[in-house]
Amino acid sequence: MDIFNIVIAGVGGQGVLLASKVLAESALASGMDVKQNEVHGMAQRGGSVISFVRIGKEVFSPVVIPGTADILISFEPLEALRYAHYLKPGGMLVYNKVTINPSTVASGLATYPADVEEQIAKACPDARRIDALSIAREAGNAKAVNMVMVGAVMKKLPINAEVVEGVVRAVSKDKGVEVNLRALNGGAAA
Amino acid sequence: MKKIISGNEAIALSFGDSGGVFASGYPGTPSTETLEEVARLGQVYCEWAPNEKVGLESAIGASIAGGRALATMKHVGVNVAADALMTLNYTGVNAGLILMVADDPGMHSSQNEQDSRNYAKFAKIPMLDPANSQEAYDFVRDGFEISEQFDTPVMLRTTTRISHAKGVVEQKEKIEPKIGPWVKDVPKYVMLPNYGKIKHVEIEARLLKLQEFAENTPLNRIEMGDKGLGIITSGVSYQHVKEAYPNASILKLGLIHPLPERKIREFAGLVGRLMIVEELDAIFEEQIRAMGVRVDIGKNRIPLCGEVNADIIREAVGDSPVEGTAPITALPQRPPIFCPGCAHRGLFSILSKLKVFVSGDIGCYTLGALPPMSAMHSCICMGASISAAHGMAKVNEIAGRAEKPVAVIGDSTFFHSGMTGLLSLAYNRGNALVIIMDNRTTGMTGGQENPGSGRVLKGQPARQVDIMALVKVLGIENVVGINAYDLAETEAAIKKGLETPGPYVLIDTNPCILRYRIKKPVITVDPEKCTGCRACLKAACVALGLKPAADGKKQKVQVDPDICNGCGVCVQLCKFDAMSAV
Repeated sequence: MDIFNIVIAGVGGQGVLLASKVLAESALASGMDVKQNEVHGMAQRGGSVISFVRIGKEVFSPVVIPGTADILISFEPLEALRYAHYLKPGGMLVYNKVTINPSTVASGLATYPADVEEQIAKACPDARRIDALSIAREAGNAKAVNMVMVGAVMKKLPINAEVVEGVVRAVSKDKGVEVNLRALNGGAAA
Repeated sequence: MKKIISGNEAIALSFGDSGGVFASGYPGTPSTETLEEVARLGQVYCEWAPNEKVGLESAIGASIAGGRALATMKHVGVNVAADALMTLNYTGVNAGLILMVADDPGMHSSQNEQDSRNYAKFAKIPMLDPANSQEAYDFVRDGFEISEQFDTPVMLRTTTRISHAKGVVEQKEKIEPKIGPWVKDVPKYVMLPNYGKIKHVEIEARLLKLQEFAENTPLNRIEMGDKGLGIITSGVSYQHVKEAYPNASILKLGLIHPLPERKIREFAGLVGRLMIVEELDAIFEEQIRAMGVRVDIGKNRIPLCGEVNADIIREAVGDSPVEGTAPITALPQRPPIFCPGCAHRGLFSILSKLKVFVSGDIGCYTLGALPPMSAMHSCICMGASISAAHGMAKVNEIAGRAEKPVAVIGDSTFFHSGMTGLLSLAYNRGNALVIIMDNRTTGMTGGQENPGSGRVLKGQPARQVDIMALVKVLGIENVVGINAYDLAETEAAIKKGLETPGPYVLIDTNPCILRYRIKKPVITVDPEKCTGCRACLKAACVALGLKPAADGKKQKVQVDPDICNGCGVCVQLCKFDAMSAV
């Protein structure tokens, strides 16, 4: 049962799926078995998105059971809270501090929890908070938040950083390669 | 070479590698990417049909003409195609024919949770149920062989966790397509009663032959392990079983209809407790119990609704699930909503304000049912908006109620099966207002081409249907174009349509901003003029939010410039002239 479970959470349009692809391709390039799964279809319309990447010698189910994730990467604080129960005891949480209002908040039906960071710290005392948007902007593109988030967990993966870099090169379009690599390394240094 | 691809991509890849000639279908989550990938790979001819029935019928024609054919659709699409399917099973095929159907246990993006395995039983045809991307690839090739060997259509069934999960796939040697003869065979392909009666006898005999095949095919295999617990399973449930009990004995079914009775008896005799793990209906269990085989754990312990996972299986056996912390509740929900800049936002702002009964349909605009708009009051299936509104209007007429229903439908759904409802409205002297939101794409499934978009699946220019002319030719006299971004104009047009007796059609032709990558200047708020009245928040736009304010002060509205797409609906909702385009 030596499976490494990664859960990636965020909001439709943030690039959760590309981040998942980079992690899955990196595992494959490292000679491991991998399953990656997310539910999409309505994901473009600002809804909550959750994606699973499972890495190991032989991976069966594409689904991560709550309480078993080694790493939870959240692109948004509220989504970190929503999926915190996926972490196993001692699991690692990294989240982007930039909030995005859900439609329920934007239309005045609910309020965004003002103490979201305190709640995250309570649920996961070792949680790491990073400003992925600023790092992505510095790297050259606000949309590279997903690469920053991958970079932020890179050292904790059972995969060499060079392999991840190689995959980022391969999946990036010409002009984006340097931006994405800067974002990846910016995330790693955060 | 090994690749990591989804089940849908694997089916598409294998179709090209297995002598496929013709593919058709209609978009529907979670099946959509299959045809898109066939198009992207570029090896084989493929097209979007206006609906699933047309897609399957075209595939039948391709098979009769000698080319291996594939039709793809989501589970509810088979309901639309079922008329063709239920006679295709009688005629059989010439070249191999696969109907790929993607089920959605858990209803991640569907209106129901129907189990397509029922269709294989109903139609008395073989069904394959892959358990990962590699099997999705392999089963396309196996499916064509079974189809041609037994002269039958084959259903290839996936679920969301097979269609969308990515796993490692090793490609096989390519089989070059061979197009067979196009033969006239009246008793085989013309199902007049006299020929049909002969065919019915044949399909019952075919099913017995397939059952014998199921006993011996490596598609169904026994994996012996610990004999205390034996589990019969298939598809993604197999993976969850392996996750929960890596050492259990398993009868893994790949060909799930017809079932291999002898193999099931043999397996049941080898193990202590017999368990059946299947998502949704008790299809295996009912058949296995009918064989007189004792089932210890099945739907008595595993839910009929939703997805299965390793924890559910462990609990069903009587073991403890993974001990985790409880999810944090009382968080604001994050449902999907109209994209910033979408024209549906303008329309639903007005429909919400007018408090009319809206008979809805399947598409992005179904999101208009959610608060704060709450402006859709029924949504049954593809195309039902107009026909249901017609029925409502007739009863209102009989009851003496003056209220006129409003039907809202998108372009692709209109072509799919809304046109016939509109024909009925015109023909039967109906009394509904129909609003066609023609955004030039099939939006909810990710922006596919359709007969109104001007392009075919592979991107080449195509004849673009003129919806306004089409509506007129169906018999509607009152047809008016609207611009849903203009709230005053839209409201006036809707009111006119409601006041005018008889069928009335409004058409908005603003294109989908997501599909056509439209970016408009962002909106800003003048904090001096904003009173914090929140009228603009009724737009339900994620670009809007309330600015934190000092204690006792009213919170004012702010616009996130990274998210705003300048549609201007909030500007028009503002009563204090506080919002404007930059």
